[in-house]
Amino acid sequence: MALQRDLFSVVVLFAIYSFLMATVLVALDAVDVAMTEAAVGAGASTVLLLGALHLTGAREAKRMERPLVPLALSIVVAAVLGWGSLGLPAFSDPGAPIHTHVVPRYLNDGPRETGVPNIVAAVLASYRGYDTLGETVVVFAAGAGVIALLRRRKRR
Amino acid sequence: MKDDIILRVVAKLLLPFMLLFALYVQFHADFGPGGGFQAGVIAAAAVIFYSLIFGLRAGERLAPPWIVEAMLAGGVLVYAGVGVAGLLLGGNYLDYFVLHADPAAGQHRGIFWVEIGVLLTVAGAMLKLYTMFAGRDRNEDGEEEGA
Repeated sequence: MALQRDLFSVVVLFAIYSFLMATVLVALDAVDVAMTEAAVGAGASTVLLLGALHLTGAREAKRMERPLVPLALSIVVAAVLGWGSLGLPAFSDPGAPIHTHVVPRYLNDGPRETGVPNIVAAVLASYRGYDTLGETVVVFAAGAGVIALLRRRKRR
Repeated sequence: MKDDIILRVVAKLLLPFMLLFALYVQFHADFGPGGGFQAGVIAAAAVIFYSLIFGLRAGERLAPPWIVEAMLAGGVLVYAGVGVAGLLLGGNYLDYFVLHADPAAGQHRGIFWVEIGVLLTVAGAMLKLYTMFAGRDRNEDGEEEGA
């Protein structure tokens, strides 16, 4: 992807990457996130990016001559992130801090308190209802912002 | 793309199943993966698919802009309204167990309506994003037609 100058190929590669990420998420048992990734990342984003290409043009305007500083910066950030990930608990470690705080209560009392067997839905909509309300408002704000910026105004 | 017979037939065949899958993801979220966000995205993707094949105007006939905008705002209002209903029935904001005599059934009812709100807002936002960007082209001739 880094060597592509044709932005159309970049968009298509991006969509393929999103589908691969969706399969990774299925393998991690996060089917909800996989659905979102496949529909938003691979589907809708690709359509929007292709629309943007249609409006702007499919070639990169000016190629960067010596991208040494951005390259060095990327490598440093990747190294720091990789180093930081060494301190994380092992994958699906039941003793990880995130699994010892409120998770036992959700898992033990969730089905009884909410009557919803799918614990993800119960946590999202009920235990963390305020979070989800905030997310919904953010989605609304994004839509309203796009309307405010792009709506065709009638000439008077 | 609307002259391509294969695309037209495949789109017509697939669209009902995509919308049905969106409803399944929405209403089966109590038991399987899914929920309002995923269902909204899938429903919006189905309509976007339709208007990619048949043109933006056909898509706008299927989902008129005023309905999409009403969904965008209405979803947030439904969600916030569930919270207000909890307040009126004597609970805290977004308390669901007061919505029904049986607390667990009240939770169920609250989650149901909250997910409907998320579905409406997400589907409206996705559709609006697409139609706004896809409609950019028509700016000039659209304005002259309307004048």
